[in-house]
Amino acid sequence: MTHTPRKKAARKPASEPQAKRTARAARRGLLLVATRKGAWLFHGDSARRSWRADGPHFLGHIVHHLVLDPRDGRTLLAAAKTGHLGPTLFRSTDLGRRWKESSRPPAFARAGEGAPSGLPGRAVDHIFWLTPGHASEPGVWYAGTSPQGLFRSEDGGQTWAPFSMINDDPRYRAWMGTVQDGTPDGPKLHSIIVDPRDPAHLYFAMSGGGVHESTDAGKSFAPLVQGMEVVPGFDPSDITFHDPHCVRICPGNPDRLYQQNHCGIYRLDRPSSQWVRIGKSMPRRVGDVGFTMVVHPRDEDTAWVLPMDATSVWPRTSPGGRPSVYATRNGGRTWQRQDAGLPSGQAWWTVKRQAMSADARDPVGLYFGTTGGEVWASRDEGARWGCIARHLPEIYALETAEPA
Amino acid sequence: MKVLIPTPLLSYTGQREVDAHGASLAEVLADLDRRYPGLRFRIVDEQDRLRGQMRFFVNGEQCFDLAQPLARGDSVQIVQALSGG
Repeated sequence: MTHTPRKKAARKPASEPQAKRTARAARRGLLLVATRKGAWLFHGDSARRSWRADGPHFLGHIVHHLVLDPRDGRTLLAAAKTGHLGPTLFRSTDLGRRWKESSRPPAFARAGEGAPSGLPGRAVDHIFWLTPGHASEPGVWYAGTSPQGLFRSEDGGQTWAPFSMINDDPRYRAWMGTVQDGTPDGPKLHSIIVDPRDPAHLYFAMSGGGVHESTDAGKSFAPLVQGMEVVPGFDPSDITFHDPHCVRICPGNPDRLYQQNHCGIYRLDRPSSQWVRIGKSMPRRVGDVGFTMVVHPRDEDTAWVLPMDATSVWPRTSPGGRPSVYATRNGGRTWQRQDAGLPSGQAWWTVKRQAMSADARDPVGLYFGTTGGEVWASRDEGARWGCIARHLPEIYALETAEPA
Repeated sequence: MKVLIPTPLLSYTGQREVDAHGASLAEVLADLDRRYPGLRFRIVDEQDRLRGQMRFFVNGEQCFDLAQPLARGDSVQIVQALSGG
């Protein structure tokens, strides 16, 4: 199926030389916003002050993730479904002017053809997470689904196949639990990470089901949950009970990972396998629970979180209706509140795990999309915030990109 | 036979009513997918289960079994359940 957005993006003048166009585009930011009712692209100027909305794309579709391939700066993948129609992926190579559906979207093995005997065959409900492959493997992409599944494409997202042993491994199936164990709209596989130094070194996380690592290109995975806490009363040695919300690797030091978990904020410095809870130094009245985790593109000691209210019945709103980003500049030893420009009260939204990102500029730009359909941006690493879009549907994901 | 297509799938077929061939619902779906690639997976999952909000009617009768035999001249209607928000 092909899909055309409602409004076409404005074309640049044909008279402008290609090299100049390319250089200018490289300085401009692009935000990829996926929502419960469609997707939008926001094209920024070189100062990151003004943003032009391009959309909706796929109006009415539930879009869980929209990602631009950093290796070619052209290939855009959108994970979509509707409330009725099954999950699929759309692909564009011209920044969303035209979309083409994957000819073979992610799908589990049929019962009896991969699923272990005695366990029912599963069906992908939605594609939740997209990760471009290693720089040395152009065309390779990974996808994480709900219920938890891992898939791989080797042709730029046109066709997909189940990847690795985990989808149909009885032990992993047990760790994944049932739909009742997962998040309200289904348990998810997310945070698929490719070590920038080694395409065979992979991580992923499951809500629920823990963090996992492979050093053999996905032939095998092993849990990586030591030090991670679980809800009091449950056994932390049972992988099922671990609920990482978002895991990020530091581009400036791929031996360091940060994690926002259902039970706190963590840091891991390899080769150690011991996660350290760094959220204990967050203010007690705010706590250290949230969905998203953002790392600095160069400085391994700098990371950002956006806490939510995890008290009583877990409202999952901003604590006290006063949203704030928190930043650490020392690997989690201390945290600073960054709420300048954000609403000072009666703002009850939160930010989902894929809905906050950093760009690679200096100073770093930070961006997040809220459950209330607003996009907020900071050009100075969180020191001051401004709202750049309002009235969008509930935002599920926000990625930054640099088009070619 | 004639197959009536719900509006969410018009982006595949381009028309509300299409022709398809097959001796069962499963065969008709396979035929539709050949003509309109990707359509089948949006309404039937990889375990051959009808997706939760999709329904088939054959000659006006609701049908849940993809193996249901069909005869020449039968009419098939694909319907999206009235739900959502």
